[in-house]
Amino acid sequence: MVNNLLKYSLIFIVAVLLQVLVLNHILILRMISPFFYLIFLLLLPYDTPRAMLVLLGFILGLSVDTFTNTLGVHTAVCVLIGFIRPGILNKISTRETRESVSAPRISTMSLNWFIGYTTIFVTIHHLLLFMLEAFTFQGFFFTLMRAVLSGILSIMLIVISQFLFFRK
Amino acid sequence: MRNLFRLILRYHHVFLFLILEIFSLSLVVSYNNYQNAKFLTSSNGISGYFFENFAGVFQVFDLKKANTELAEENAQLRTALQHYQLRSSNNSIQSYQSQRNPLISMTRDSLNKIVYFFTTARVINNSVNQRHNFLTLNKGRIQGVKPDMGVVSAGRVVGLVTNVGENYSTVISILNERWKLSAKIKRNDFFGSLSWNGKDYRKVQLNEIPYHVPVQNGDTVVTTGFSSSFPEGLEIGIVSEYSLGSGSNFYKIDVNLAVDFRSIVQVALVENRQLKEINKLESLNNDGK
Repeated sequence: MVNNLLKYSLIFIVAVLLQVLVLNHILILRMISPFFYLIFLLLLPYDTPRAMLVLLGFILGLSVDTFTNTLGVHTAVCVLIGFIRPGILNKISTRETRESVSAPRISTMSLNWFIGYTTIFVTIHHLLLFMLEAFTFQGFFFTLMRAVLSGILSIMLIVISQFLFFRK
Repeated sequence: MRNLFRLILRYHHVFLFLILEIFSLSLVVSYNNYQNAKFLTSSNGISGYFFENFAGVFQVFDLKKANTELAEENAQLRTALQHYQLRSSNNSIQSYQSQRNPLISMTRDSLNKIVYFFTTARVINNSVNQRHNFLTLNKGRIQGVKPDMGVVSAGRVVGLVTNVGENYSTVISILNERWKLSAKIKRNDFFGSLSWNGKDYRKVQLNEIPYHVPVQNGDTVVTTGFSSSFPEGLEIGIVSEYSLGSGSNFYKIDVNLAVDFRSIVQVALVENRQLKEINKLESLNNDGK
């Protein structure tokens, strides 16, 4: 339990700092910028209480917002992601796997499953984030394109990071 | 009553979700209405600490360019200073009004009192990848930074101070859809409003220039003295493209920014010592309506 607390605190801090200190400065083709920090919410154990997920989403979003001066934008999206995570996980995984393994990882599930899982959440997260950030329907397709292209980069980063840091 | 408690207990995560979601959405909405949020910005101590300590790592690559720019600016200022000293020895008022360098000529008013003061600060965080970009500077209230001070880099407009913490401050950049700045074409003094459409970080848009004004590619766009945060005549950029929409009375003008926002290291803060007086005067006008 204490071990887990330490581990996930570390993931939280690394994810947020990597996002605000490094990845926020990345801008490819003048419109693609990845949001990698979502990985923290994706990696939490299956048995995390629902209220806890919502609360952690709130804290994660607020931390990123504070650094990027976008008060409320990341917070609103992350709270929603935390709230819908159990529902979507119930749909895409069986009860047995959820009870036998502790958390969603490539090592315990499969690569394809993990890519699918990441894609679902990154898509929801990026679409809402970019719309909320723009806060207008003007230039809707430009916003949409930014969200989709940035999403692809984020998914790649999240999946690759699994091979780098969470190999067994 | 007991049933109500049971309901709340059973669906406590839903209630928590609703409360937090409404709270954060209301932050987004109020943030969009009022130019800037009053709390939890990057001018606070914690994010300032991280930015201050890690900014150096990435800025090393930009240092060479920053050095050259500073050296160039120094040289310009030295030349301007010499002109100034030569002419002020003649002791005529026209002498400094005809100065070409706005940094020196516009810092004084007709009563020969210094109006604009400059101090320097280091950029510790900066972004160009959002629709609403901000910079964080390593100086705050203790070092004398105040809201509404203008921020320039090598004599070119960068942004405006919005939030000031103890040791850090946040600057709203030109690359922020929520900030508009009045600007004019240097050649013929016609002014319009400058804003960013959120697309290309190297280009901003100048609007409200009427169609009868002669505009050319390569025209320099500079500040007007209207905002009282910037002296008149500071360079913003150069006209790169202009078009007249069908049936429109105003040009759409793209301006190439003079500042490269991806490599800003050192900036100067402009303080208008008469800002208080100007604001007081203008608020009198508004009351009279």
